[in-house]
Amino acid sequence: MDSAIQDKAAGGTQPAAAKAVLEVEGLKTYFFVRQGVVKAVDDISFSLAAGEKLAIVGESGCGKSMTALSILRLVPDPPGRIVAGSVRLDGRDLLTLSDADMRRIRGNQISMIFQEPMTSLNPVWSIGNQISEALMLHQNLSRQDAFDKSVEMLKLVKIPEPARRAREYPHQLSGGMRQRAMTAMALACNPHVLLADEPTTALDVTIQAQILDLILELQERLGTAVVLITHDLGVVAETAQRVIVMYGGKKVEEAPVVELFEAPLHPYTQGLLAAVPHLAAMSGLAPAQSRLKEIPGIVPALVNLPKGCTFAPRCPFASDVCRNEFPPYETKQPGHSVACWHADALLGGRHA
Amino acid sequence: MGAYLVRRTVLLFVTVLGVSIIIFSLMRIVPGNVADILFESSGYIDQEQKAKIEAELGLDKPLVQQYTGWIGGLLKGDFGFSYMSERPAISEIVPRMPVTFKLGALTLFFTIVFGIPLGVWSAVRQNGIVDNTLRMITLSALSLPSFWCGLLVLMFAVHVFGVIPIYSNEPRGIWHELALLSIPAFVVGFRSSALIVRLTRSSMLEVLRQDYIRTARAKGASEQTIHYHHALKNAVLPIITLLGIEASHLLGGLVVIETVFNIPGLGRYLVEAIRWRDYPIVQNLVLFSAFAVVITNFIVDMLYAVFDPRIKYSE
Amino acid sequence: MSPPPSDSTPHISNGSDAPDTSPAGSFEAELAKAGANVRSRRGMAVFLARRYPLGGVGLAIVLLFIFVAVFAPYITSHDPLSTNPAISLGAPSAASPMGTDFMGRDLFSRVVYGARTSLAVAFGATLLGVLFGVLIGLASGYLGGWVDLTTQRFIDMLQALPTLILAMAMAAALGPSLVNTIIAIAIPKLPSIARVIRANTLSLREMPFVEAARAMGMSEMRIALRHILPNTLAPLIVLATAGLGTAILVEASLSFLGLGVPEPHPSWGRMLSESAAEYVRTAPWLVIFPGLAITLAVFGTNLLGDALRDLLDPRQRTSN
Repeated sequence: MDSAIQDKAAGGTQPAAAKAVLEVEGLKTYFFVRQGVVKAVDDISFSLAAGEKLAIVGESGCGKSMTALSILRLVPDPPGRIVAGSVRLDGRDLLTLSDADMRRIRGNQISMIFQEPMTSLNPVWSIGNQISEALMLHQNLSRQDAFDKSVEMLKLVKIPEPARRAREYPHQLSGGMRQRAMTAMALACNPHVLLADEPTTALDVTIQAQILDLILELQERLGTAVVLITHDLGVVAETAQRVIVMYGGKKVEEAPVVELFEAPLHPYTQGLLAAVPHLAAMSGLAPAQSRLKEIPGIVPALVNLPKGCTFAPRCPFASDVCRNEFPPYETKQPGHSVACWHADALLGGRHA
Repeated sequence: MGAYLVRRTVLLFVTVLGVSIIIFSLMRIVPGNVADILFESSGYIDQEQKAKIEAELGLDKPLVQQYTGWIGGLLKGDFGFSYMSERPAISEIVPRMPVTFKLGALTLFFTIVFGIPLGVWSAVRQNGIVDNTLRMITLSALSLPSFWCGLLVLMFAVHVFGVIPIYSNEPRGIWHELALLSIPAFVVGFRSSALIVRLTRSSMLEVLRQDYIRTARAKGASEQTIHYHHALKNAVLPIITLLGIEASHLLGGLVVIETVFNIPGLGRYLVEAIRWRDYPIVQNLVLFSAFAVVITNFIVDMLYAVFDPRIKYSE
Repeated sequence: MSPPPSDSTPHISNGSDAPDTSPAGSFEAELAKAGANVRSRRGMAVFLARRYPLGGVGLAIVLLFIFVAVFAPYITSHDPLSTNPAISLGAPSAASPMGTDFMGRDLFSRVVYGARTSLAVAFGATLLGVLFGVLIGLASGYLGGWVDLTTQRFIDMLQALPTLILAMAMAAALGPSLVNTIIAIAIPKLPSIARVIRANTLSLREMPFVEAARAMGMSEMRIALRHILPNTLAPLIVLATAGLGTAILVEASLSFLGLGVPEPHPSWGRMLSESAAEYVRTAPWLVIFPGLAITLAVFGTNLLGDALRDLLDPRQRTSN
């Protein structure tokens, strides 16, 4: 595990230097429900370089999936709405595009892999036809050509007997194979950006690694930039170059993966790491043999968020300022920024 | 598949046979038979004459023998004789079939053509003006007795155009016939399409919530494609079930509308036959409608497998 | 004749009494799930009226018809049966607001008294259908075995006949009378009710609380009636309410075809058959008012049925 991370660090791209394909700025997606306004995505900004692998981590309900759906403008409306911000793909703001123009982007320049391969594939369409659809929509292929290309894609994602499988329906495939098919579908039009929302969560543990390896292999081969959304820090360690930690709809920390694991600055990130055995040992937050720590308290309901820092009610370091004002977002190390009033103290503490 | 078909067919015949016993018993528990009715109208009962008529019609035989005689005859293609006309039942029934079939086909056509697209529209505009308007219209349609609706149409035609669009036995060409049949078909279809609109709406709403609809959007498919290609094909199973029920129960609706519009079809004939205790006609017509129901159910089950690849009839 | 709109609120709380009788307050639980303030009866009524305004309208219509049926003699002073050839086919006037029919009978009185016939048949047939449907369904689901098998085949046979055709055959077989019409309409109701009760019974039979009752030595009969039946109440109420409208329609159709309720009972359907096509031209009021009465009565039960279904059985909305 250690060596995997070291390798990444060596080959890691510098986000500032490379040209950004995707730039998200001040993105806010709110849900207007009877009980009030739910700030599912609250002022999220990040950029993604071509071919880069970025992970967004957080507990379920922290707004990470909604961030991805917002990028594709697939937020269920009503009750959800993107209220502010910009999403620029190759410099073009997606949020200002017409619906028709946006459809030309979806599945073509940005595509998405969903969590549940069982329910995310249409049960009454053959696998081949579902992949073909994207090709026919975006590459003007004929039905036959699109189907042939779909078979090729199935081969690319290492599905045995692709020609036969293309004619089969989702219920005839295993979970792992369905997610491979989903990956084939997402990559069919060679997108610039791939959003993978918990692509392995619903799968057997033994299949998870295979699917991750496949996604990584293909993104490297095709030069696709990936945003990997996950709650699993183990997955992050194996795949990402850079990590964004989200909590309560907000970005609380962003850092290169090694930096984040070795020197997490936000108490929430530290809590997350401490809850994972081998990572906790690695980052020195806990002795290898000790009992796992859990973060006390529960994820806040996004309606009625506390006034100050969203994490304050669960934070061991919380002070009055934390409870009254959300901390500013500051860069503490090159490429490593955090939103925490006590980050300097924590940073200092670690170095001491 | 083969075993399944065999079992289905056996079950189908058991049901039809059971229905035949039910109908037969129903027609016999009523006090008095056609002979009584004949004498009732003349005011006195001549016992000798009555016994003669009963013997002629086979009504004096034991019930079991009457029943086996009927079914045995059916298997040989003998439908018995109509008491009213004293002609073979088959030659009374067959000439009345075409107009009823045309009416039924037109009704189904209207049901599908209006029902499904309006249901999709309603679902897509959930709780919008279109949806709420359609909801009120469909609820009203379900509350409207079709014979009253038919009478209103007649009234409208009389007062606005000065003509009664009653069906004529010799229509002037196919378009004239189509026009004449369209009005009653529309009246019956109004109710069925209201049912289909409501079911299509709820079925579509259920499907539109599914993950694979989001996947289709993420692929860049247009809303039109999503509604009609991705969603409808999944939403269609319950709709087919209801369409099957509506199709097989059409005769019930046609009975009333044929009476209102004076159309010489099977429905109106059944009403007359029941009034006259014309057993052979009633029995055969009711059995025919039961047969239509079980056959339709069978077709519906087969259509399931066509629309949903997950359904396979293997056992 | 029409009730003030404010009437609807107290009526709604009356209507909620029926499901209240089920144990464990499952109705309240449903309401609470729907986000209702169920602390008070008044709060519940307000919630229901706000959440299901159309259901409230439906209930008001149904209650209006019940009111008209019960107090018919006080609503109209004319005898619906007394004939007067002098005013045959009279147009609506102050004396007879809906006109008179070909025998000079006051149509308004006939429509008012027709509510009695219509509702008597609708409620009678629904009650009868529910009673026997429940018995058949409980027996079929609870006893299983050959009882279940035979009943299922029998139900298949009943379902193989269109509702109106079966009712027509029944009515013809039994002969014309009010009671026979009720039976003729109740029989086609049996299959759907028996099916739902059977399906519910099958799943409930395996529930832990039934096992517990059995372990405590409760007799099977008692379990079926005390534990299984109350838990199938919600779908039963939904089915029964939806069936009311159908019953009214079938009665009207049967009477229209001359196979329903005989004279002297005034029946909306028969009024239309008497006045059918020939009066379309000369006396449209004879066509309009009875039909309007049928439509409004069925519309009311449909609105009420829809609201009850949404409230009590959300699953039914999407299932086929």
